[in-house]
Amino acid sequence: MNRHLVLLIGRRFLAAATSLVFVVVTVFAITNVLPGDATDALLGQGATPQAVAAMRHNLGLDRSVFVRFWFWLWGILHAEFGNSLLNGLSVADAIGPRLHNSLLLAGASAAVSVPVSLFLGVTSAIWKDTVYDRVVSILTLGMVSVPEFVIATIAVYVFAVRLHLLPALADVGSVHSLRQFLSAFFMPVASLALVTLAQMVRMTRAAMADTLSAPYIEMALLKGVGPIRLILVHAIPNAIGPIVNAVALSLSSLLGGVVVIEVVFTYPGISGLMVDAVSSRDVPTVQACALVFCVTYLFLTTFADIVTILSLPRGRKT
Amino acid sequence: MAATIQVENLEIVGRRGKGAELPIVRDVSFSVQRGEMLALIGESGSGKTTVALSLLGHIRKGCRIAGGKIRVAGYDVTALTPHECRSIRGRIISYVAQNAGSAFNPALSIMRQVVEPALVHRILPRRDLEARAVSLFRALALPDPETIGERYPGELSGGQLQRLMAAMALMTDPEVVVFDEPTTALDVTTQIEVLAAFKAVFAERGITGVYVTHDLSVVAQIADHAVVLKDGAIKESGTVSKILFQPEDPYSQALLTAAEPRSRQADLARQPEQPSLLDVRNLVVGYGQPTSAGLPEKVIVNHVNFSVPKGSMLGVIGESGCGKSTLARAISGLQPWAAGELLLNGTPLAADVRERTPEQRRHLQLVAQNADSVLNPSKPIGQALERVVRFYGGLRGGAATRRVNELLDMVRLSPTLASRLPSELSGGQKQRINFARALAADPQIVLCDEITAALDTVVAAAILDLMKELQRDLGLAFIFITHDLHALQSICDRVAVLYAGQAVEVGPAVALGQGVHHPYTRLLHDSVPLMEPGWLEATQTRRLAEATPAPISPLSLDPGLCCFLARCPDRVSGLCDRVPPPVRSVPEGPRVLCHLPAFDRPEFST
Repeated sequence: MNRHLVLLIGRRFLAAATSLVFVVVTVFAITNVLPGDATDALLGQGATPQAVAAMRHNLGLDRSVFVRFWFWLWGILHAEFGNSLLNGLSVADAIGPRLHNSLLLAGASAAVSVPVSLFLGVTSAIWKDTVYDRVVSILTLGMVSVPEFVIATIAVYVFAVRLHLLPALADVGSVHSLRQFLSAFFMPVASLALVTLAQMVRMTRAAMADTLSAPYIEMALLKGVGPIRLILVHAIPNAIGPIVNAVALSLSSLLGGVVVIEVVFTYPGISGLMVDAVSSRDVPTVQACALVFCVTYLFLTTFADIVTILSLPRGRKT
Repeated sequence: MAATIQVENLEIVGRRGKGAELPIVRDVSFSVQRGEMLALIGESGSGKTTVALSLLGHIRKGCRIAGGKIRVAGYDVTALTPHECRSIRGRIISYVAQNAGSAFNPALSIMRQVVEPALVHRILPRRDLEARAVSLFRALALPDPETIGERYPGELSGGQLQRLMAAMALMTDPEVVVFDEPTTALDVTTQIEVLAAFKAVFAERGITGVYVTHDLSVVAQIADHAVVLKDGAIKESGTVSKILFQPEDPYSQALLTAAEPRSRQADLARQPEQPSLLDVRNLVVGYGQPTSAGLPEKVIVNHVNFSVPKGSMLGVIGESGCGKSTLARAISGLQPWAAGELLLNGTPLAADVRERTPEQRRHLQLVAQNADSVLNPSKPIGQALERVVRFYGGLRGGAATRRVNELLDMVRLSPTLASRLPSELSGGQKQRINFARALAADPQIVLCDEITAALDTVVAAAILDLMKELQRDLGLAFIFITHDLHALQSICDRVAVLYAGQAVEVGPAVALGQGVHHPYTRLLHDSVPLMEPGWLEATQTRRLAEATPAPISPLSLDPGLCCFLARCPDRVSGLCDRVPPPVRSVPEGPRVLCHLPAFDRPEFST
C-alpha cells in the first residue's frame, strides 16, 4: 500500500471518529432539551409534586446533566444503553430483535434496488438520449418527487383494500414459507426500493455518462473493442467510485424511509420502538435508537468515501 | 494498383442540439498510395479530425455520412456493418489520438491497453503480444522498455504516452495508421524526439498513414502529400513541396504566411534606455511547508531575476511545468511568493493582490490564456467592459459608452459587437475582448499568459500584430509568456528562458540563434522545426554526431547545481556536477546561468 493512500484513508477514519463524538454529544443534548420527562408520562397529569420528585430521584433524573452524560457515555462504551424508564428492561435487549427486523427490511430493499438501479443507470447512460433513456428518466424523476408514505398508502389501498391480494400489515412473526415471506415483505420492500431506486438510477446514469464521454472510451472504440468489453473493462472501473458513493448515500436515505414505512405497515422494527419511546418520553430508548441510526449513516458514508479513494487510478497500484 | 486509401466525394453532416443538419465535410476526395504519408492540414473547425475518424468508420454523435465512398485496404468502410467496422479497427487501420494523456484509460496499466487491440482481434496469445510490445517500446526509444508497461498513464510524461500510443497503434501491424495531431500537445524539445521516433518506425515498416495537423513545419518533416482543408472542403492538394513552396490557393498562402517566422519589430533603431517599470528580484514561489532553509517544500519558481523597462516587451519561454504560469500568477498577486521582491516603478508590491493599492492594480493587468474562462458568458461584452471602466476610471453613462467604443476600436473590433454575448464571438474576437478588458484599466504593463496557445495560426498572428501596435501606440510594456519561440522572437525585445523554475538565460531577443547561449536555449532553439523537408533528419544526424554527454557522478543531486545538468549535452564532469553554475554576462548578449555558455553553430542561425 502506498503511504499517501494510507494517509488519506486514515484521515477519513479520523473524520468519522470526530463526527461520532459530535453525534454522541448531540444525541444526548437534544434528548435532554426535550420538554417533560418520563415521570410526566408514567405518573400522568394528577401526580403530586412529592411523587414526581421521588420518582425523578429513583430514575436518577435529578442529577446534573454532566453527571448523567458521563454515566451514559460510560454505558455506551460498554455496550450498555441503560434501562427503559417505562418497564425497567434493558434497552439493548429491546433494540436487538427490532434492529434485526429493520436491517432485514432495509437489506431486502437494498438487495432489490441496488442491482435494478445499477442496471437501469448504466443502460440509460449507454443509450443516452434514446426513448428508453427518456422513459427511465421520467419515471425516476416521478419517483423521486413522491414521498414514500404516499407510495406505501397507495400500495395498501390497491393491493390490500381493493384487490385483497396482500395483508395491509406486515406480519413478520409468522414467516415460515417463501409465500408468507413475500406476502409480509412485498409491499414494504417495494415502496422503500422504489424511492431509493430513483436517486441511484439518476446518479449512476450521470457518473456513467460522464465516463462514456471521456476520450479514452472513444480511443477504445477505435481500437476495435466491442461494446461489452468497452463497458466492463474501460468504463466501469472509472465510474465505480462515484457510483458506489451514490449507492451508499441512497442507502443511508433508506434509513429515513424505513422509519416511515415501518409506521405505515406497523412493522416491528427499530423505528416503531423509537416512535413509541418518544411519545412516552423514554429517554434511554430514544437515545439508543438515535445513536443506532446515526452510526449506521456514518458507517455508510465513510464506506462510500473509502471506496472512492481506493477506486482512484493512482490508488490502484499497490 | 489501387491506392490503399481512397476517399471519394465524402460528405458528412451534423447537427447541434435540435438545429438543422449542417455540412461538416463537403465533397472531399483524396487517395494515399501504399507506404505514403498524407497530411491533412487545417485549422480548428476545418473538419480534419472528422475526416480522419471517418476512415475508421467512426462518426461522432450527432453526425452522419451523407454521401461518398471510403475505401481502406480493400474494405468499403461506408458499407460495413458495425460488427465489421469493429473487426477492421485496430487491426487493418489504427488511430493515434491527439492527447495521449486523456486517450489512455487512467484505470488500466499501459501494457493492458497496448496489447488490447491485438488481443480483441485474437492475433496472438497475450504472452507473445507482450514481447512484441516491448520490442516496439524499444523501437520507439522509450525508457525502460521491459517495465514501462507495468506503469499507469498518470505516472508517465506526455511525450512518453504519445510514443506508447503509437506502439499501441502498431501492435497489430496495421496497413494504415491515422495520426491526429500527435505532437501538438508536446513541448518542442519533446516533439522532435517523438517525430524522429515515429519517422524511424514508419520507414522500417512501410506504413501508409494519414497525419492530421495544423503545423506546417511538422508536415514538411513527416508527409509526402498534403491536403489543405477549410470549412470542410479541400482548398488545395498536392505534394508537400508544392503546398509548402508553391501554394496556389489564397488560403494555403495565408496559412504559410502566418506560420512563417517573421519579425514584427518595427524599427531596430535603438531607443534610449528606458527606466525600469517592473523588477523581479530573486523571486521564489512554491508549495508546501517551508523547510529549514526558509524555502518552500516544492520550489516552482527558483530565484528568478529580470526587469521590464517602460514600453518594452519581455518574452518568458520554457516547456510545460517550468513554472511560467506560476510566475505569472505570482506577479499578478494571485499566488504568494516565499522570498524575493517585486517592484513596480521602484515601489515594492505586496504578494497578495488584495493588499495592493488600486493604483498598483490598475497599472499591472493580466490577460489570461483562455478567454472563455474569464468572460462572463451571460453578460454582453459591452457591459463587461463598462464595469472595468467604471471601476478603474469612475466613468458613467455616455462617457463610459464612449470609452468602451474606444477600447473596442483599440483592439480592432466594431463597436456594434458591444451588445453581443461572448458565445456569439469567435475565439480570436474573444481574445481581443480579453485584451480590451485589461486595457480598460489603462495599465502600464500587461501580463499575457499563453494568450495565443489556443488560437489558430492565422488568428494568433493577428493577435501578435495587435500587441505590437499597442506597444507602439500606447507605450505599453508586456510580459509575454509562451512556449512558442517563433511568436516570441517576432515581437519581443528581451527574452527570459525558464527551465525547472530558474531563469537560465535573460537577454535580448534578437540575439537568439546567434552568439553565446545557455545549452538549454540552444536545444530549445534548434528543436523548433523548420519548414524544410529533411530538417528532422539533419538535426538528428547532427545531434548523434555530437559527442555523447560527459558522464556525471551519481551524487549530483545537490539542488544548488545546474538544473539542466541531467539533459545537458555540453556538461563537463568534475565541474558541472560539483560546482553550482555562476551567472555570466555575455557582452551585447544574454546573462546566462552556466559555466560554459555554448556557441550556436552557424547553421542554426535563422
